[in-house]
Amino acid sequence: MKSSLMRAGLLAGVAIFGANAAAADVEIEYWQYIYETRVNAMDQLIEKFEEQNPGITVKQVTFPYADYQTRVIAANMARKGPDVMQLFYGWTDNFVNGGVLQPLPKDAFPDEMIESEFFPIVGAMKRGDDYYGLPTAVRSLALFYNKALFEKAGIENPPATLDELVETAKALTETDAGGNYTTVGMTVEMGGQDHQWWREVLVRQFGGAPYSDDYSEVTYDSEAGIAATKWYTDLSTEHKVGATGFMDEGQAAFRAGRAGMTIDGTFRLGSFSSIEDFEWGVAELPANADGLRSNYASYFANGIGAGAEGEELEAAEKFLAYLTSPEAMQLWLEVVGELPARPEAALTEANLADPVYGPFLAGLEYAHTTTFFDEQAQRQVTMDMANRVFLQGQSVEDSVAEAAAEEQAILDRFH
Amino acid sequence: MAFDDTTRAARAPRLNMRTRRALWVWAFLALPVLFYGVIRFYPTLDAFRLSFTNWNLMSPPKFIGLQNYREMFASPDFWQVFRNTFAYLIIGTPISLLLSFTVAYFLDRIRFGHAFLRALYFLPYITTASAMAWVWRWFYQPAPTGVINSVLGAMGIGGMDFLRSTTWALPSIMVTAIWAGLGFQVIIFMAGLRSIPQTYYEAARIDGVGDWAILRKITLPLLKPTTVFLVVFSSIGFLRIFDQVYNMTTNDPGGPLGSTKPLVLMIYQTAFNSYQMGAAAAQTVVLFTILLLISLLQLWILRNR
Repeated sequence: MKSSLMRAGLLAGVAIFGANAAAADVEIEYWQYIYETRVNAMDQLIEKFEEQNPGITVKQVTFPYADYQTRVIAANMARKGPDVMQLFYGWTDNFVNGGVLQPLPKDAFPDEMIESEFFPIVGAMKRGDDYYGLPTAVRSLALFYNKALFEKAGIENPPATLDELVETAKALTETDAGGNYTTVGMTVEMGGQDHQWWREVLVRQFGGAPYSDDYSEVTYDSEAGIAATKWYTDLSTEHKVGATGFMDEGQAAFRAGRAGMTIDGTFRLGSFSSIEDFEWGVAELPANADGLRSNYASYFANGIGAGAEGEELEAAEKFLAYLTSPEAMQLWLEVVGELPARPEAALTEANLADPVYGPFLAGLEYAHTTTFFDEQAQRQVTMDMANRVFLQGQSVEDSVAEAAAEEQAILDRFH
Repeated sequence: MAFDDTTRAARAPRLNMRTRRALWVWAFLALPVLFYGVIRFYPTLDAFRLSFTNWNLMSPPKFIGLQNYREMFASPDFWQVFRNTFAYLIIGTPISLLLSFTVAYFLDRIRFGHAFLRALYFLPYITTASAMAWVWRWFYQPAPTGVINSVLGAMGIGGMDFLRSTTWALPSIMVTAIWAGLGFQVIIFMAGLRSIPQTYYEAARIDGVGDWAILRKITLPLLKPTTVFLVVFSSIGFLRIFDQVYNMTTNDPGGPLGSTKPLVLMIYQTAFNSYQMGAAAAQTVVLFTILLLISLLQLWILRNR
């Protein structure tokens, strides 16, 4: 705590000094995609930052998520890119290879500081010897459950293991006379967060690993991968506790009170907080029979644009330092609901005891972060793998083998 | 043209009327021509060049010969998308033309409620495609959200997996696309029907020709220019189908398992999700070629003999 406070103080000092020395006003651009709470939080952060750093103004520019990456890349080609930008950690390869980002300056962001003060998952921002960005907040997965439906089914606690999850889901599921689901026990939606759950959690819990250590090789085409996939698809085909596409998507079903349980991330807290019809709770992702747990963590990092230089680069450094300070992280947690990226800010007693943040934070400690190379294409492969079993009755073994081959072909494009 | 060349030369350098008019015409035309040249023809030609490169938006394009084409033609995904695109075309165009002609033919004969019915048919055409796609998407949902399946369920019939079936998803989406385009085609057909001189019909009736014969011998042949226009227009529309598919399957665009994905959606994903601009350009060249061939073929088949 002390060291980072000192550093923040130092930086603030440097900031004031720098502003005086420059004597002119600098304007830098910050880019992120449109998501109401994120934009609000950033407005507040910018206001505070500008107060502490007279002479620097930060202009926030936002784009719809679907266009965001293309905009950044196109602007970079036209040399009109942002000075500081938000990027999904999975885009790092693209952005670094494309010369969109510049490495974080070592004097303001020394490696030892990053490695000792942030959660280890920030390692996904490192290429070669350089870090290319730092997150304000990180996200992990947890099990959301509908307390009203649990009460109705006479179940007290959320499931702690995978076996319990199946039993609980069975008890929660309701169907009408025509055999249609009216309530699903568990949402089954690879297109949602289930593909992350399957990849980094289930495959590991069944004794395998989804990829080689550098994520360049698919390794889930194994007994463990097949067992994990079978367990997952059985939810729909064997135990009949849910189906893909029910109520359009899993989170919609949960919102409507028609899903007993769903797996989703911290980013869903904002949208679920407006649910008024029933109470819901959050639990850690279930462990396997041996008690092994895993989780998938991800984050949007903030990086410095390749085009920033001179005064703008200096201002960008200061702004990035502020965005990754414990103060900014606390504000982000309160406004957006995402977890602070520094353990000292995240793992406070108040946060750990919080019934909502607690399970997510617990997950963060044993989480894995997939290095994606073409996130949408890789996600598509996993969705198709499940769909071949659900819709075409393909055997799990064949479907996993086909998925592994397809995904390896995608990875080979980058290696 | 009373002056011969020598007199005209003697009157130079004053530009004559015709040249001046031509200059003015070109001055006014220059703007749209330039505009089209820059935003239409140049990118189109450039796509051909890019299709031979490995451009990924970030590093400068490198010439790789026919590799994009070889990879595309070797990929089963491409051929599935190819088949889907033709399914939209081959099933969609005749059905929509037949339907719209039938509607126009009978609508033309009624007086009561004519304007109202015509407006109703036209309404979907002026509605935003994505909004309509979302309404249909909800219609097609499984029970309890989907209207169709809820009704089926209430009658004790098991649900139908419209958009969650690799067999039925494409026809389900096609129905909405046909419905959306119907209004426009009905209006064009009606205009065509109205432009046929009444005297032909009167003469035929006096000669005692039946309705069916009138339709076959008078109406349809005289309606040919309209039909040609609509066939080409509707074919191009189906070959370029995107909005309906994308909006009805956003959770798994073009899915399930790629069974509804048309070529345009594949191009979009290759270009803007995977940033393989070279490969996307190659797919675009294929789409361009198909559109060109189909249009030429139809014009040739339906030409005036």
